[in-house]
Amino acid sequence: MKIEVNGEAREGIATITDAVAAVTAARRGIAVALNGEVVPRSEWDRPLADGDAVEVLTATQGG
Amino acid sequence: MDQHTTARIGTARDADLKIADKTFTSRLILGTGGAANHAQLAEAITASGTELVTVALRRVDPGASGSILDVIERCGVELLPNTAGCFTAEQAVRTAKLAREAFGTNWIKLEVIGDEDTLLPDPVELLDAAETLVGDGFTVLPYTSDDPVLARRLEDAGCAAVMPLAAPIGTGLGVRNPHNMALICENANVPVICDAGIGTASDAALAMELGCSAVLLATAVTRAADPALMAAAMRDAVSAGRAARLAGRIPKRHLANASSSFDGMADL
Repeated sequence: MKIEVNGEAREGIATITDAVAAVTAARRGIAVALNGEVVPRSEWDRPLADGDAVEVLTATQGG
Repeated sequence: MDQHTTARIGTARDADLKIADKTFTSRLILGTGGAANHAQLAEAITASGTELVTVALRRVDPGASGSILDVIERCGVELLPNTAGCFTAEQAVRTAKLAREAFGTNWIKLEVIGDEDTLLPDPVELLDAAETLVGDGFTVLPYTSDDPVLARRLEDAGCAAVMPLAAPIGTGLGVRNPHNMALICENANVPVICDAGIGTASDAALAMELGCSAVLLATAVTRAADPALMAAAMRDAVSAGRAARLAGRIPKRHLANASSSFDGMADL
């Protein structure tokens, strides 16, 4: 199953929790979009499907 | 002006800045974009006296050392996420919802830009996004052009403040249309926050003298040769501009008006 995390194709990712763990150890200040839609933290264990695109976002410097 | 004097103006002569359900003693909001590193940013935040700083939402950087969230927490200031980089209402609404999820705040600095060269707001998309976000319970602070009609429409849509630009983002050109800025301030029933285009302290002071409730700036401080010193200058400029506004400036005159009376002048 191929999942895209922050624009990079990855293997062995079954849930959003896996996708987050693949790019950061942080949990505070993190938000996730699945195929463009916000996924609340309470639903991060939801299984992903082949071709899903996950965005893992956090705060960065900005005006 | 030292902290003590600033506070005295804040309590004796002026009310705190109130935006939605929050009050602020400082009338300077600092954007964090452009700082060379977190240590320099922390110094600038402290020197500015701000109580509210903006952040953007981006993909996590696995190689990043330290989080800006730690800087904000250490400085004891509040965080205002923005929707910088969004070109459509749909993108901005999604970004706002992600920011709410990430930071647990329903406050959002709403930016919807029209093109990459000017970074000017797209008024149609901006108003559309503002209406959607207000309806979804957000406290919306829109970055807008210096158009009094659009400012009124944003206020009517339920925005908690309006944030007209002084000049395009990062230009440092100062208040390009003081007349429009003053008109927006005269007509608004929500705080008017001058956002973007400030270059130096006199620009910030002018915005406050024109009637703005606060100033939001980033580049002018973060890319100054000495960011902490410029942050202190901006703090003082905003305080001075506010005080001058409250004090009531003298009218401008075409011809001179002697301050020393001619009465009793000796016949020499």
